[in-house]
Amino acid sequence: MTACATLPALARYTVGLGDDALVLAQRCGEWITRAPQLEEDVALANIGLDLLGQARTLLTYAGQVEGAGRDEDDLAYLRDERDFLNVQLVELENGDFAVSMARLLVFSAYQRELYDRLHGSADETLAAIAAKAIKEVAYHRDHATEWVLRLGDGTEASHERMQSGLDTVWPYVDELFTTTGRHGTWPQPDLVSSGDAVDPEQLREPAMAYVQQVLDEATLAVPAVSWTATGGRQGIHSLPMGHLLAELQHIHRSHPGASW
Amino acid sequence: MVSVMTRLDDDPSLAAELTRARALAAAVADPEIPVLTIDDLGVLRGVEREEDGTVVVTITPTYSGCPAMDAIRADVLTALKDGGFGTARVDLVLSPAWTTDWMSADGRRKLAEYGIAPPATAAEHRQGPVALTLGMRCPQCGSLDTEQLSRFGSTACKSLWRCRACAEPFDHFKSL
Repeated sequence: MTACATLPALARYTVGLGDDALVLAQRCGEWITRAPQLEEDVALANIGLDLLGQARTLLTYAGQVEGAGRDEDDLAYLRDERDFLNVQLVELENGDFAVSMARLLVFSAYQRELYDRLHGSADETLAAIAAKAIKEVAYHRDHATEWVLRLGDGTEASHERMQSGLDTVWPYVDELFTTTGRHGTWPQPDLVSSGDAVDPEQLREPAMAYVQQVLDEATLAVPAVSWTATGGRQGIHSLPMGHLLAELQHIHRSHPGASW
Repeated sequence: MVSVMTRLDDDPSLAAELTRARALAAAVADPEIPVLTIDDLGVLRGVEREEDGTVVVTITPTYSGCPAMDAIRADVLTALKDGGFGTARVDLVLSPAWTTDWMSADGRRKLAEYGIAPPATAAEHRQGPVALTLGMRCPQCGSLDTEQLSRFGSTACKSLWRCRACAEPFDHFKSL
């Protein structure tokens, strides 16, 4: 059993949402100085910064709910891989620009619907965090949409790369919308029935309807998948997660207590 | 958390002190757009006084990840301390979520003078049943012949534009 399995249900839920944002923020940051144009460096840095801000408020709150005195830094830097509860989609390596845009499209479509409903959460803090984040995410989704349209409905080469980006990302899409997978259930059902958490299954239809509409306009096809990722919400991760955490955490762990 | 706040009308001298504390906090400049104060931006949400004399300043972030909040918090505490309010605290609130609708008319004017196209007012972007994209006016030459280069700019709250008339790039404070 991982340490996160013993967290109170609300803290586990909040950690999952916070980890999604934290890990994707890290991936966005990796594009800085490597994006296809300067404006894109700036855009992905800003998107990452929004996600990092969401991660900070979510992890801070998770620490408060847990009540063991852990703050945002303790949770971000001092947990091991098996205690991270993000979906595997966000830890997937950036790949080429098309892979990253395919992921951002699906993830921001998901997050848009999530925050839209979490805004009405019975939990006041989660509702406030969602209300704050929802307008930011609308910008992220627009940004990914523009690129997917431009690349999908562009030249033959860009179309092919964009389709291949979608193919890479697609096995990870299902996990976003799965409540009960092979390794367990997330969020805990009574957290959904109490109105604190949002059932991810509820988000599948509206989020994927949006994605479908973008793919149609971009002349791209929904990929067929032979397998789907599962287990992220229970702390089971893919190979790139260890490398990502090493980069994210090593300074904090090498120099405990250091500050700027 | 419920704290006991002193009612303004209880004691006129306390009310005057509170007004002075509010003016000090309101004058703190945004570290990234120094022509604007946190009051112009709508980031300053309240200044109150607890029973033990602690001044409590409440601020709200523009964006979740706005890195200026730490600097603003420190600047507010310094301004209060310099003004003689040694015991002060800055609280961060997320709800209600900040919107550019809270930016003052004075703030919008100062932004434009500084070279940043201000966000649309609530009346402009909520008018009518159909969502309209209004032309963006170049803060340099005033032309409406402008184009967006990127939805994301030098800070989280801005997008990058270019004027086709005077060929100058400029920032726009995004409506949120």
